[in-house]
Amino acid sequence: MRLGRRRRPDFCETDPVPDASLKLDQVSLALGGRRILNELTFDAAPGLITALLGPNGCGKTTTIRCCTGLLVPDSGSISILGFAPGSPDAAARVGLMPQSTGAWSGVRPGELLRYLASLYSHPHDPDALAAELGITGFAKTPYRRLSGGQQQLVNLAGAIIGRPEFVVLDEPTAGLDPHVRRSTWDLIRRLRDAGAGVLLTTHAMDEAEQLADHVWLMDAGRIVLGGTVAELTREASLEEVFLAHTKRGDA
Amino acid sequence: MSLDLTPRPGASDRRDRIAQHARIELAMLLRNGEQLLLAFVIPVGLLVGGMLFGDRFGLDRTTFPASVMALAVWSSSFTSLAINTAFERRYGVLERLAATPLTRGDLIAGKAQATITITAVQVLALTLLALALGWRPNPPPMVSLVTWPLVVLAAFAFACLGLVLAGRLEATVVLGLANLVYLVGAAGGGLVVPLSSYQDAVRPVLALLPTAALGEALRGWATGQFTWWAYPVLGAWCLVLLFVARKAFRWTS
Repeated sequence: MRLGRRRRPDFCETDPVPDASLKLDQVSLALGGRRILNELTFDAAPGLITALLGPNGCGKTTTIRCCTGLLVPDSGSISILGFAPGSPDAAARVGLMPQSTGAWSGVRPGELLRYLASLYSHPHDPDALAAELGITGFAKTPYRRLSGGQQQLVNLAGAIIGRPEFVVLDEPTAGLDPHVRRSTWDLIRRLRDAGAGVLLTTHAMDEAEQLADHVWLMDAGRIVLGGTVAELTREASLEEVFLAHTKRGDA
Repeated sequence: MSLDLTPRPGASDRRDRIAQHARIELAMLLRNGEQLLLAFVIPVGLLVGGMLFGDRFGLDRTTFPASVMALAVWSSSFTSLAINTAFERRYGVLERLAATPLTRGDLIAGKAQATITITAVQVLALTLLALALGWRPNPPPMVSLVTWPLVVLAAFAFACLGLVLAGRLEATVVLGLANLVYLVGAAGGGLVVPLSSYQDAVRPVLALLPTAALGEALRGWATGQFTWWAYPVLGAWCLVLLFVARKAFRWTS
């Protein structure tokens, strides 16, 4: 592993995954005249947890929006489970936990999960999923009255209710207390063990260390470093590697 | 027992998706007090007041209920849709749904189904209430046949206008602006007040508005007349606003 900034990512000893669930190749995108993604290239393997680490404003959420077809890159290509982002084939197979709220303010969690379940052919039972994630106690409370952590749990349930093959989690544990955070980590591991691919974005180094089979470090819209946690932390802690390779967020 | 998390992806039947989306849109609408005020309380209040006391102010008891129906179509197809969609965008609902099997076409079809349902209930309720209050319209069947498609065209144009605002502006701005446009369109756009009540100089200009076209078409229907010119006016607005909505709409805030 070489330290220092470079335009092309350093892939360490990890080669690109041949049959990746998600594959971005030289993706660039400008919004409002500002370049957000800059020849972004990375992939995520099926049945593994891939973490996309980066400071605030580095383009993680924009990347996810490109992966779900909400934004169309100016150049480059994206393939998700072999399909174009946002295509019906991809949308049926992918679960998304957005960073923003993602629900009507007046909807009740149980009602939202039943609605989302109705969009899929073989969904989880909404009540069973609510019980599994500890949502049952507030399943009838309007979404706007839930705490940030409770809203996060509902969003997580919404991401996996369709039994997706690939799950995209945008900062899944932000705002969760340590107990719920640990149980969420456990759920993410169970998803991986059950065969689903997972892409998660996070600022939390411990989260990446605990969960990720592969880490991509992103800065200013491009990948600056990639590898397993063990590969990346041979010479320094993950946080030190992060600080050495990224600029301060929103700078 | 813990859940089996083995992937088993797939989309449900398209008709089910659209119906379920329409159902939740309706549920959210009916849970919102302000939307209910726009959809039912204001039109019903106007209708009752107009039918009971309108004679004192020179209101025509044959055409006034038709004006109130036009107002109901305007409120549901434009104001409610604009405000609801703007807040869906702000709260990330559209972003969340973009990553589900609900396609954009399904979402729009679901919204249309919800809007048609609420408008149909409004028109039916207002018709029954007006009849109970002594309304006796007598349009020939042929006039009904050629006039009611105009309501669909108007609702489509209003919905496109609502989506232009909702897809481009902040939700709180849409909330204020949509209510303002609702009032201006209702009071000054020929929707509730007949064109014949305006000065000669402004009448031809107002007649080009979709609100005036709908208002005049329904008032004409109530008196047995076909307002043919509403077709080119509403048709042109549909084409222009559909084009603008497709260009302007943004799914994220």
